[in-house]
Amino acid sequence: MVNKRYIARRLALMVLSIFVVITILFFLFRQVPGGPMSAFTNPRMSQAARQAIIEQYGLNDPLWRQYLRYMVNVVQLDFGQSFYYGSSVSSLIFDRFVNTMSLMLTAFVISYTVGTYLGAQLGWLRGTTKERAGMVVVLFVRSMPVFWTGMVVLYVFSFQLGLFPIGGMRGTGASYTTMAEKFLSTDFLYHVALPVFTLCTYYTGLPLLLMRNNLLEVLSESYIDTARAKGLTSRRVLFVHAARNAILPVVTAFAIAIGFAVGGQVLIETVYSWPGLGREMVQASLRSDYPVAQAAFALLSVIVITMNFVADIAYTYLDPRVSLGES
Amino acid sequence: MAVAGLLIILFYLVLAVISPYIIPYGPYERIYMLDGSWASLQPPSLAHPLGTTDSGYDVLSQLLLGSRIAMFVGILGAFMVAVIGTTVGIVAGYYGGWIDEVVMRLVDILYGLPFIPFVIVLATVFGASVWNIIFGVALLYWLSTARVIRSEVLTVRERPYVEAAEAAGASDFRIMTVHILPNVIPLSALYAAIAVGYSIVAQASVAFLGFGDPSVPSWGVMLQRAFVTQSFGQAWWWTIPPGLSITLVVMGAYLVGRGYEEVVNPQLQEK
Repeated sequence: MVNKRYIARRLALMVLSIFVVITILFFLFRQVPGGPMSAFTNPRMSQAARQAIIEQYGLNDPLWRQYLRYMVNVVQLDFGQSFYYGSSVSSLIFDRFVNTMSLMLTAFVISYTVGTYLGAQLGWLRGTTKERAGMVVVLFVRSMPVFWTGMVVLYVFSFQLGLFPIGGMRGTGASYTTMAEKFLSTDFLYHVALPVFTLCTYYTGLPLLLMRNNLLEVLSESYIDTARAKGLTSRRVLFVHAARNAILPVVTAFAIAIGFAVGGQVLIETVYSWPGLGREMVQASLRSDYPVAQAAFALLSVIVITMNFVADIAYTYLDPRVSLGES
Repeated sequence: MAVAGLLIILFYLVLAVISPYIIPYGPYERIYMLDGSWASLQPPSLAHPLGTTDSGYDVLSQLLLGSRIAMFVGILGAFMVAVIGTTVGIVAGYYGGWIDEVVMRLVDILYGLPFIPFVIVLATVFGASVWNIIFGVALLYWLSTARVIRSEVLTVRERPYVEAAEAAGASDFRIMTVHILPNVIPLSALYAAIAVGYSIVAQASVAFLGFGDPSVPSWGVMLQRAFVTQSFGQAWWWTIPPGLSITLVVMGAYLVGRGYEEVVNPQLQEK
């Protein structure tokens, strides 16, 4: 059963993790060659002007005081001003976050549905030539670096066949008034198709392999023999008796995999020029826009940490045999 | 299948060793046409079996040399993952108590750092080089290895022969290295094999994003150039070989790991 003390401890660990990550980031970014202001000040600036900026941002204060001020601001969700856009980092990052999640969650839902189904089928076929061939294909596809898959998919569907746009999230001239309109328009679907397809080729592997392995274990249980002996169709044995019991680890893998996949979003967003968190982080790093890079990384970390938390808690809820934190 | 995987890995290892002696052109040696212009984006021909890049470099030569950095990162990454993960896992699992608590909470916290963004931060702060990736792999990829090894150690240390060794007065170090380590080696080897693939993909990904060292020819840098110049929409001969090589090596390493696991754990073999 779910243990309240376990949840409380797990929650405390989550807060501690976020705190440590943001601290590491703060000190890492202070190591940037030329200091955090190197992009902001330029050599032709007069000494006085430079001094004024440094004064304005409090960069003369001792490091611990800067750190304290940063943490107080972060708790209030204030990540400062972007050097590049000149606007508030928080609102910018939130917008990018929504874009990232819209792409990632679409791909995840499709991958886990398809992967679970194909995994069950593949497990059922164990030992046949079909299964072996299927496994080779699955392992090959799973080994493909996702950015390369994206390039190949673009080569075929955009450059050669001209069926889909090369990148971006909306066509020129498209405008929306509400969020719902933005994400439900055909223009959005047209732009999201290739990135989702590419992500699916990568994400489908994990639920598929997990489902197959679990199914193999379940198939050796005696209640499967009973179901077969009753004369049920193999379809019914597979989907009603076996697959249901094999699906549990796939469900918990969903949350953990989202956590792990967040970092990889950087790649797909770069290939498809998708205005998400990962791409923003890459560009901010290249432009030396440190407030944005720092905030984007912090938010990516928060997603990972939250998802790991959700996975742990979901695990105890879904499987009554697991009782964590009792020792 | 494990044999196929082993052959792939051996093939690329041999390439990595001999490539400097067999490449037909320098990786950044410009090829000229008869009329003196750059041989830019030439499709495959006899002189250039994999064509040329937009700057007129020979793709085959870059591909062959790229195997060196891939194999280097893959093997070093796997080694670090295995050594760090195994050591941490054994120490945490064997001593238990507060050591275990501290180490495992550290593992939990490090799990919160997404890998590729973290390496980007390292590259921004310390400049682009292959060592950022090695450092990132060493810092973040041992986590799952340590977790798995630790739980294995928890069961191994309860076995009678460990008790016997303790009763005979063996030191902690001796018990850990002589009595526990051999039991967890198969697991670390499996995780090391998987880490070969992870490290190679990590290196290629970071190079692809433009945070690699552009002066060292690698598969990731090749793909990055093809992407940035938008030549990949036309020059398939430039994008397919490096990507396919990454895929094959990753798959090969995985197959070897799985094959090894089946050998040491016969329950996994097909009846």
